[in-house]
Amino acid sequence: MNNNLYKYILGIADNSLILGQRLGELCGHGPSLETDIACTNISLDLFGQVRSYYQYAAKVIGDGRTEDDIAMLRKEREYVNVLLVEQPNTDFAYTIGRQFLFDVYHYLLLNKLQNSHDLTLSAIAKKSIKEVSYHQRFSTDWVKRLGDGTEVSHQKMQEAIDGLWTYTDELFHQTEADKIMVSEGVGVDVTSLKEQYYAIVSKILEDATLKTPESKWFQKGGKQGIHTEHLGYLLSDLQYMQRAYPNMEW
Amino acid sequence: MVSTEQHINQLLFPILEQVSDPEIPVLSIMEMGVVRSAIIENDIVKVQITPTYSGCPAMDVIGDDIKKVLSENGYNSEVELILAPAWTTDWITPKGRKALEEYGIAAPLDAEADKSVLLDGKRLVKCTNCNSKNTRLISQFGSTACKAQFQCDDCQEPFDYFKCLK
Ligand SMILES: [Zn+2]
Repeated sequence: MNNNLYKYILGIADNSLILGQRLGELCGHGPSLETDIACTNISLDLFGQVRSYYQYAAKVIGDGRTEDDIAMLRKEREYVNVLLVEQPNTDFAYTIGRQFLFDVYHYLLLNKLQNSHDLTLSAIAKKSIKEVSYHQRFSTDWVKRLGDGTEVSHQKMQEAIDGLWTYTDELFHQTEADKIMVSEGVGVDVTSLKEQYYAIVSKILEDATLKTPESKWFQKGGKQGIHTEHLGYLLSDLQYMQRAYPNMEW
Repeated sequence: MVSTEQHINQLLFPILEQVSDPEIPVLSIMEMGVVRSAIIENDIVKVQITPTYSGCPAMDVIGDDIKKVLSENGYNSEVELILAPAWTTDWITPKGRKALEEYGIAAPLDAEADKSVLLDGKRLVKCTNCNSKNTRLISQFGSTACKAQFQCDDCQEPFDYFKCLK
């Protein structure tokens, strides 16, 4: 059993689970049929990736826990996703802004994770990055359309970026488990992605006629299990069937 | 080391060819390129399959269908899902591409052309109804994660385009 590897896998996978759940909430509720289908397809990609990670995590921890237990039966404080991905679908600009700010990071992370000495993580990364490149195209395209769109869409997109900005720095924080995994050649040193991330994001915001926020005050805590109020509501939805009918199956 | 070569026992090929992708029934899994190896070892058939997309819900069904058809042909089998090397649309056979088009799904273009139709609005995808290239992107995501939605400006027919995955 390798506890650090287990924690490391969850640190990556929980982001995809929680963001996948958020996007899944739009199923049947998207602003238009096309965006509804796009968001739920991205959700499906993320859930598919999560299954691979959690199956591997279950194998690593080796105490009989299954991928479903890991997804469904942890308490709020045991989820280690970043605060960014749990933020609600306030409006379409927020949904797109959250997706964009995550996709740019996600692509850079997977790009490096492909070189992991851990062959399973490397295989998942090589598979996932192809999907994530489509996610990033989708969210980037919409940031530009809304930013460089009407006066109202511009204003809403700017508000979303301003509101979500405070959650971006946490993407580049390392936990103790992360540091150990990096030293073993398994994990990605996220601190090394930071500069490139902000350069890419700023460039796209500029293309979208949007301002890159200057605020230097950032929220953190998700990686330690300290979440915003939104995660509890999301989990009560996600876990409802397993909590109400323990061990139920399709 | 992972290999991009397929290892298929030729005895098994015609059997496995009977299994189709449940979301694209005209396409066999062999034409789709999702079967990476099929060998007979100690009287057990071992099949390795790889998903087209991570979240592809068809993989469980495909695994069950493979076991079923092999058992009908007198084989015990094991099916393993592998992720590396990752599936690419290049593995769809020429016969598979033809089947896709006849079914109403435009086959994937090469990576560069794919990018320019999805990002720059270039008109390169051939309408599956009238063959015109006067077509435009409606949405980057279609009825499944692997497809985008297009519409033909000549015959007005909407259709799916199978996105290039490399
Ligand atoms: Zn046409």
